[in-house]
Amino acid sequence: MADPILNSGDTAWMLISTALVMLMTIPGVALFYGGLTKKVNVLNTMFLSLIAFAITSIIWVLYGYQFAFGQDMLMGLIGNPANLLFSGIDVNSLASLAPTIPSTVYIAFQMTFAAITIALISGAVVGRMKFSSWLIFVVAWVSLVYVPIAHMVWGGGLLFNMGALDFAGGTVVHLNSGIAALALVILLGSRKDTTLLPHQLGYSVIGAALLWFGWFGFNAGSALTAGGLAGSAFIATNTAAAAGLISWIIIDYLKTGKPTLLGALSGAIAGLVAITPAAGFVTVQAAIIIGLVTSVISYTAIAWLKPRLGYDDALDVFGIHGMSGLWGAIATGLFAAPFINSLGTGLFYGNPGQLTTQIIAVAVVGVYSFVVTMIIGLAIKYTIGLRVEPKEEIEGLDTNLHEESGYRI
Amino acid sequence: MKKIIAIIRPDKFEMVKNALEEIGCHGMTVKDVKGRGRQLGITENYRGRDYRIDLLPKTELEIVTNEANVENIIQTIVKTAKTGDIGDGKIFISPVEDVVRIRTGERGENAI
Repeated sequence: MADPILNSGDTAWMLISTALVMLMTIPGVALFYGGLTKKVNVLNTMFLSLIAFAITSIIWVLYGYQFAFGQDMLMGLIGNPANLLFSGIDVNSLASLAPTIPSTVYIAFQMTFAAITIALISGAVVGRMKFSSWLIFVVAWVSLVYVPIAHMVWGGGLLFNMGALDFAGGTVVHLNSGIAALALVILLGSRKDTTLLPHQLGYSVIGAALLWFGWFGFNAGSALTAGGLAGSAFIATNTAAAAGLISWIIIDYLKTGKPTLLGALSGAIAGLVAITPAAGFVTVQAAIIIGLVTSVISYTAIAWLKPRLGYDDALDVFGIHGMSGLWGAIATGLFAAPFINSLGTGLFYGNPGQLTTQIIAVAVVGVYSFVVTMIIGLAIKYTIGLRVEPKEEIEGLDTNLHEESGYRI
Repeated sequence: MKKIIAIIRPDKFEMVKNALEEIGCHGMTVKDVKGRGRQLGITENYRGRDYRIDLLPKTELEIVTNEANVENIIQTIVKTAKTGDIGDGKIFISPVEDVVRIRTGERGENAI
């Protein structure tokens, strides 16, 4: 552990990383998802990410960070909140979990993770969820699902104390959002037109590229210092993304004989998701394997499992974030190399117990996320309702919910 | 008098329009339409699933002309709009009973 002395290099890197992760949500997720939807829903789709970021920003400084990263209480499920409403946080105090950077910087960095996690879920529900219900869902979900899971895995809670490894959010962000997305779409039901015909794949290229770019802040920033570990996480991240992209293209070739751009984007994102929990623990060789395998898993979930089970995850949040997040968490238990990071030793380096711990962490996070998301969703469904009127869904949400349209041409 | 309806590829429209001008055929009504022929549209693949795009965008030209010009116009459209691939379009020819120029009240061939 570094000396508890402010390091301006670390602080500068973490401020930049925070801004990079912010870029992942708006415009990254907003553009990626916006391009994949119908043109009559493009503004509503982008708006879901935008409002999620704003609401989470307020929750995080008022009470979210305090509950997630406060001293452990309630058997490792939640932190004891000091400094509610941001009171008593000294501008010069140093973060207890990152003692070379200010608390304020650490709080801001963590805030961007909470925001992108809820924004990711929006991809599953686009085209049919009431905007008002989404607002309430964001407040409830960040408070009751994201905050406890962040505490359990990162904030000194149950899974943290068990030794679960999650470098930058494989379980907290990706598995969590993917499982929550699945629970929510089960409650919402299928769209009237379930075809996925992207109206503007060019937006999705820009969005995915911004996600890839921002992911360097997400993963390399999670080193919490500007040093060798950040560099290692950076190169592992890029390597896995590239391997995921290439792997998906190979699958495209094998299945249809033609590579697809959406397949390339999907593979890159799947690779980024899978490397997230492992980024600061694994070698580049392992990153290649993680990336190559993850596209097979996500492709199978989307092209084979989804049509058989019949759930309507519009933009495949479960298929990509849930399944690749699951694989990444397991892969961390396999490939964590002690010479990369002394905090992690996986099965292939002689510690089978780490794999068991990872499986337990995945199970706890998955079950908690699914059950509590279901409860929140049911509460909304039977009060104000989750779904828009059929007429609104058919005509598009942009004009009906916002009185705006994305295109005048 | 005949009405010629030509359904062509949108990207061929400018070439067809210019070719028709060269043979002295200026008047036309143009619409953006969607349709399909015998091949039933095209198939696209997104994330491993095939989707059939039933109706493809096309451009429709409507031309009313004297009997004497019909063959020349048809040949010009065929020559200019043809790529040889599926989806080049079709031309329909039908009789026209009468034509009225609204500005002057002229009738028949004088009004074309």
